Amino acid sequence: MDKKSYRSETCVQRSRRHFLSHLGGLAALSTPFTSFTNSLLANAEELKKQHKSAILLWMGGGPSTMDIWDLKPGQATGGPFQQISTSVDGIAISEHMPMTAKQMHHLAIVRSMSTREADHQRGRYYMHTGFVPNPNVEHPGYGSLIAHELATAVPSLEIPPFVSVGGGSVGPGFLGTTWAPFVVSSQGDVKNLESSVSQERLVSRLQMLAAIENRFIQERRGQLPEDHREVVGKSVQLMSSSQLAAFQVSEEPASVQERYGETDFGRGCLMARRLVEVGVPFVEVNLGGWDNHSNIFGTLADQRLPNLDRAMSALIADLADRGILDTTAVIWMGEFGRTPTINGNGGRDHWARSWSAVVGGAGFNRGVVVGETSADGREVASEPYSSQDLMTSVLKALDISLETTFRAKNGRPMKIANGGQVIPGLFS
Amino acid sequence: MIRKYPRKYGGHTSRVEGRLYSASMVLFVFLYHAMPLYADNSSALPQVAFIDSQIEAAWADANIEPVEQATDLEWCRRVYLDLIGRIPAVDEVLQYKNDSSRNKQSVLIDRLLGAEYSYEYAKHWSNVWTTILVGRDTDNRMIDRDGMRKYLQSAWESNIPYDQFVEELLTATGDNATREESTLFNGATNFLSGKLADGGLQATAKTAQIFLGLQVQCTQCHNHPFNSGVKQNQFWELNAFFRQTRALRRFDGGRRVAWIELVDEDFAGQGGDPNEAEIFYELRNGLVKVAYPVFVDGTEISRSGLLPGVLDDGTPYGVNRRRELATLIRSNPLFPKAVVNRVWAYFLGYGFTAPIDDFGAHNPPTHPALLDGLSQRFAEYSYDLKSLMRWIVLSRPYSLSSRMKARSTTDAPDSGEQPHFSRFYVRQMQPEQLYDSLLVATEADHSEAAGRQDRWLSQFVTAFGTDEGDSSTTFNGTIPQILMLFNGDLIQAATSLDQDGFLDQVVAANQTNRDKINALYVAALARWPSSSELRYANHVLLARKGQVKEALQDVWWALLNSNEFILNH
Repeated sequence: MDKKSYRSETCVQRSRRHFLSHLGGLAALSTPFTSFTNSLLANAEELKKQHKSAILLWMGGGPSTMDIWDLKPGQATGGPFQQISTSVDGIAISEHMPMTAKQMHHLAIVRSMSTREADHQRGRYYMHTGFVPNPNVEHPGYGSLIAHELATAVPSLEIPPFVSVGGGSVGPGFLGTTWAPFVVSSQGDVKNLESSVSQERLVSRLQMLAAIENRFIQERRGQLPEDHREVVGKSVQLMSSSQLAAFQVSEEPASVQERYGETDFGRGCLMARRLVEVGVPFVEVNLGGWDNHSNIFGTLADQRLPNLDRAMSALIADLADRGILDTTAVIWMGEFGRTPTINGNGGRDHWARSWSAVVGGAGFNRGVVVGETSADGREVASEPYSSQDLMTSVLKALDISLETTFRAKNGRPMKIANGGQVIPGLFS
Repeated sequence: MIRKYPRKYGGHTSRVEGRLYSASMVLFVFLYHAMPLYADNSSALPQVAFIDSQIEAAWADANIEPVEQATDLEWCRRVYLDLIGRIPAVDEVLQYKNDSSRNKQSVLIDRLLGAEYSYEYAKHWSNVWTTILVGRDTDNRMIDRDGMRKYLQSAWESNIPYDQFVEELLTATGDNATREESTLFNGATNFLSGKLADGGLQATAKTAQIFLGLQVQCTQCHNHPFNSGVKQNQFWELNAFFRQTRALRRFDGGRRVAWIELVDEDFAGQGGDPNEAEIFYELRNGLVKVAYPVFVDGTEISRSGLLPGVLDDGTPYGVNRRRELATLIRSNPLFPKAVVNRVWAYFLGYGFTAPIDDFGAHNPPTHPALLDGLSQRFAEYSYDLKSLMRWIVLSRPYSLSSRMKARSTTDAPDSGEQPHFSRFYVRQMQPEQLYDSLLVATEADHSEAAGRQDRWLSQFVTAFGTDEGDSSTTFNGTIPQILMLFNGDLIQAATSLDQDGFLDQVVAANQTNRDKINALYVAALARWPSSSELRYANHVLLARKGQVKEALQDVWWALLNSNEFILNH
């Protein structure tokens, strides 16, 4: 449908009050409706200072970190790229990341990631959850987990607490459908928001719906019927929310859009900033195309890195300028790195043994490098860090208790982030 | 008053033409009681008895009491959804309810698997198998989804034996899409046409995974990390079977690929000797090794890369590697087990292993004797899938209620426990099932239904951005799905008051409002409303101040949006 998914603020405010006046009998559709009222009272400016958020820049396919963050010039494995200096003395990164180099004082590179999952699907799962795939239990990924831990601090939030721009994330696992990623394209068009009937009729439809839903739930048919009711409540809330404007990157001045780049990833990063500003605890922005089994250097230099560099540097600078970098953790990673050996097709293959991830903001140390790899990049030459360790560190940077345990329905306790260790160099 | 609403799928007039929403319904409205189902086991098939005894023995071992049987109409809704991919229409519900024969379950199954529903059955299973064979990604130029469906539709309409089906997929040659002037069309080619890049890595991995339940994809680069049964050399030895196969891009004058022709060609080998046509692969440490076609059970075939032929002196030479592979797969003991496990998981919600396509010592099945015994019987029954389905849907675990006895249960596979099948596990409808179930309730033009369905589904598919082209569907009860059912085009069509649509017919029927509400409930949920639900519906009628049409539309909207509608229970 072609209807505009965003309506002007005043119009929405008015229609929301009108809508609310009809919602009296609808408490049965469960909790989201209570937060509905609270939201009218919340003060957005106050909120901005209180809540914490995280943005994951997910590099689908497995980026070659030794051509970006940990170069080996002059080595047989090093490839053709040169290093450039950054805003931090002694830290050098790829020549194709000049704008991000100027933001290095906000970031920390972990050059000693060492993992074992070099299959896309398994690596994606492992890096998102801290657990290797297990047929008997589905673990929640970063987004669901952090949204679950931080969403209660933002009672005024009407849009989903975990937004995935471009999709490709990992789901909520045992936390249930209500913590699933809300997937939008970089255009931010949320489909099917407009009801075809008057609000008065919508209210009687929802009352009828609540009667059917509640009856079915009372018959004890497991979790799915209850999850459905909860997601229905959240969907209704979303339909009338003024916060939907946060998805509209086109509302930004042209100069800002230009700084992030007129690409899906650029728009995604800009949307992430806007979402964090209204209180969304977790945004994942997907940039694919890193599975460079052939012609890697041309692809990186001409396409991937300029796109990444522009958007990532604009995001970091913007978060810092607006004073929200201190409450927002940024994570850059893919499912693994790529082979130091350059293959016969001028590409690099999957490699999990030694690679880099980047973090910044929130409680992290800034302008540091943690760990190192050997001269040819084939080994980690310092303490190696796992997905669990990285995840634990992100949780710590967000002040989420590392003592948190989850109890699956069968009673089995599960430590948050699989009981990883904090990476000491990321904290002072 | 009797009104007809014919339904057409893609130009084919289905047998449900003339489905009735008739006055006869009124009669049953007043006769209805929620009767439990008493299965008539007197004529039970031996295969069904085998399933029941195995499952019951496992209940006894685990000290688990099964829940009660599902009601008659719950079971009826379930088998329509599972066998032909949509909910039953009103007259179908009533017909089953009104059947007083002792073996009414078998009668219904025989009808759904028989000629009467043959088209819908094939359409549903071609959707299921299109997803299994080529995924849901609609962007891959190397695959023609219509071609895939055409093949599957005719294969399933003719109830092709499963072993022959797999052989046709593995050995197919010809065009993957239909063209007017060509007789080369073979839609079965679409299984492999999009999987031959990089020497056929995907063809190797998917063939092993789908037809043998073996996960070999990670052994492309190294030995399997925890399945000691799968080594790196086996991946490449299996891969060698696909090296005579090529997917040729064909152009129709323009620069865009118009169709793919799948052909077998002589393979000269990477060392240049077609009589010893080897491939090379690289170990982790950089060493290069050689692989010839050897099946996963160790059976070697001729190393020749030449297709079969005869020398001038009459000596035959060469081999068709894909044909050899198909023969080896058909005779492997994992072959029936992989499909039995898949079909079981389809009907019962969980397989005997999780994931269903990962066999090996690292992942033992929960009910090994049942899996083995059912696989053996399936093979003995000429790989007849309809028989396998009949045994499963007539079995006791399939007939159980989805209602738990208490709020918690020890049979909880959704929290990581092994499934005991002591209740029916509630699950999401597949998107295709939802789409077709909504069509039952609308009078829209259904021509090109398959293409439209693909477009409708594509909004829920996201790609991961890897070279393997894998993707996931977000169609799992999330906000976008709820919003689509609240406000999307499809629901607007299903709830429209257009003349002669389902809702219009209910509105126009010469009945009380209460009967009209009953009719909506039977159509959406295959049950009658509770007294409290009737009260709510009356509130809606009051709120619309006598605008009965709009009120019924609101009730209908609520029914189609309910958890009870969208879940298979």
